[in-house]
Amino acid sequence: MPQLPGLLKGLGVTARTAMRTLFPKRGMRTLIPAPQQGSVTVQYPHEKEAPPDRARGVIALHEENCTACMLCSRSCPDWCIYIEGHKVKAPPRRAGGAVRTVNVVDRFDIDYALCMYCGICVEVCPFDALFWTPEYEYSEPHIADLLHDRIRLSEWMETVPEFLDYEPGSEQKVRKVPEFGTDDFAPARKLESDGARGLASGAGS
Amino acid sequence: MTDLLGLAYWAETSIKLGVALIVIPTAALMLGYLFLLKMMAFMQSRLGPQDVGPYGTLQLIADAVKFLQKEDIHPAAADRRVFRAAPVVVLASSFLLFVVLPTGPDAVVENLDTGIFYAMAVSSLSVLGVLMAGWASANKYALLGGLRAAGQLIAYELPLILAVMGVVIQADSLNLQEIVRAQAEGEIFGFGLIGNPFILTQFIGFLIFMISAQAELTQTPFDMPVAETELVGGFHVEYTGFRFLLFFMAEVATAFAFSALATVMFLGGWWIPGFDFNAPALNVLGPVVMLVKILVVAFIIFWIRFTYPRLREDQLQKFAWKVLIPLSLANIVVTGIFKVVL
Repeated sequence: MPQLPGLLKGLGVTARTAMRTLFPKRGMRTLIPAPQQGSVTVQYPHEKEAPPDRARGVIALHEENCTACMLCSRSCPDWCIYIEGHKVKAPPRRAGGAVRTVNVVDRFDIDYALCMYCGICVEVCPFDALFWTPEYEYSEPHIADLLHDRIRLSEWMETVPEFLDYEPGSEQKVRKVPEFGTDDFAPARKLESDGARGLASGAGS
Repeated sequence: MTDLLGLAYWAETSIKLGVALIVIPTAALMLGYLFLLKMMAFMQSRLGPQDVGPYGTLQLIADAVKFLQKEDIHPAAADRRVFRAAPVVVLASSFLLFVVLPTGPDAVVENLDTGIFYAMAVSSLSVLGVLMAGWASANKYALLGGLRAAGQLIAYELPLILAVMGVVIQADSLNLQEIVRAQAEGEIFGFGLIGNPFILTQFIGFLIFMISAQAELTQTPFDMPVAETELVGGFHVEYTGFRFLLFFMAEVATAFAFSALATVMFLGGWWIPGFDFNAPALNVLGPVVMLVKILVVAFIIFWIRFTYPRLREDQLQKFAWKVLIPLSLANIVVTGIFKVVL
């Protein structure tokens, strides 16, 4: 069979795609146009797309783990993380031990108007305080509202998915995702109740 | 039309004006919605507009309202008067095209004796507007777009007119009504039921006409003057709001007018097989038949637009001068010989 000229073939491809989109049904119902089923796109506001595992939607802060070490802030290419903290005395770990000095975060803001979602802060955090979550619906009418403070960032912790095993062959570094209602969230509460901390916050509750 | 209704000149003129003001935007909206939005979406496995009106039918009207609300911006270095006149020139060119399009034995705005000549002349006016827009914008991309449009004119205008020549020779007339009549009263080897649509005898002419029209309309294989990916829109880079709307409307309305011209010259126009040529019923049925044929031709134009990638300007020149023009000259010679011999 002689080959069709490419020009005609191209026209055939577009026509076939259009037909497949407009009439996706088979058999008797072929002639009923049903582009809703034929199209491959997701009609976003009406239906939601399930983001893939490990999707980089927004960064959550587990405040209790943060020591205000500034590593994330300094490694951020956009300088979009703002941290302020102060030191407090904490009770010794064991009975008879020395009184410890602990860093407490006063301010931890990420400006998502600047953030480029590179994830370096999450990678660099040595205390497992930052986590990716797949949530993506946090657009705002005013650009200043894209600056999420530590309360807002802590609220995202609820949406952090379970830790997924790395693919075989990649670096084996398992992170522990803190769970709600367990001891993971206890230390900060304790500090607050000790009065070490001036302002109470609804973080993580 | 004057003879038919017996109206005064001013009444007739105002009716014609009103019809034109309704027909042209409607034509642009119809082509824009059917092909530019919906067909393109389906060819890309998308749905196209869904939310404005049933099946997104009011999307273009919503867009027009949006354009009208936008700020009217002139670039600081622009030649303001020319900048403002350019879209009007382009739109006027496509409005003037509609003047001669016949849709029935009496349903035509002006039945000019040199109708096709007038249509060809008026359609090239749009390039003037494009060049004005490109020059007055004081923008290098716009200027390049305008220059490309002017350069393109050299390539497509000649084959376009030479392709029309074949039809004119066969129909013995420049009048579009007479061209329709020649097709209606023609016979294919003594078989006169469907007349003789010139697409059968002038098939090469039809092909050349469609290719040249594609270049004239700056639709995709020949959309170098617009070229979103390299000139970010070409001559209309600097235009905002309703001035851009005028360009957009002119583009789609001209596509409609050229589909109508192709219909009249090659597909038998408004005549319906079995009807007497001057039957008054054709004044009502003719426009419907015309519309169906126009939509078919426009479908082909937009189908090609959504399928092929863009050529380079020199490739179009080479193609036009080495292939289209010799071919259309040969077509004229052969048509002439048949005309004289038969």
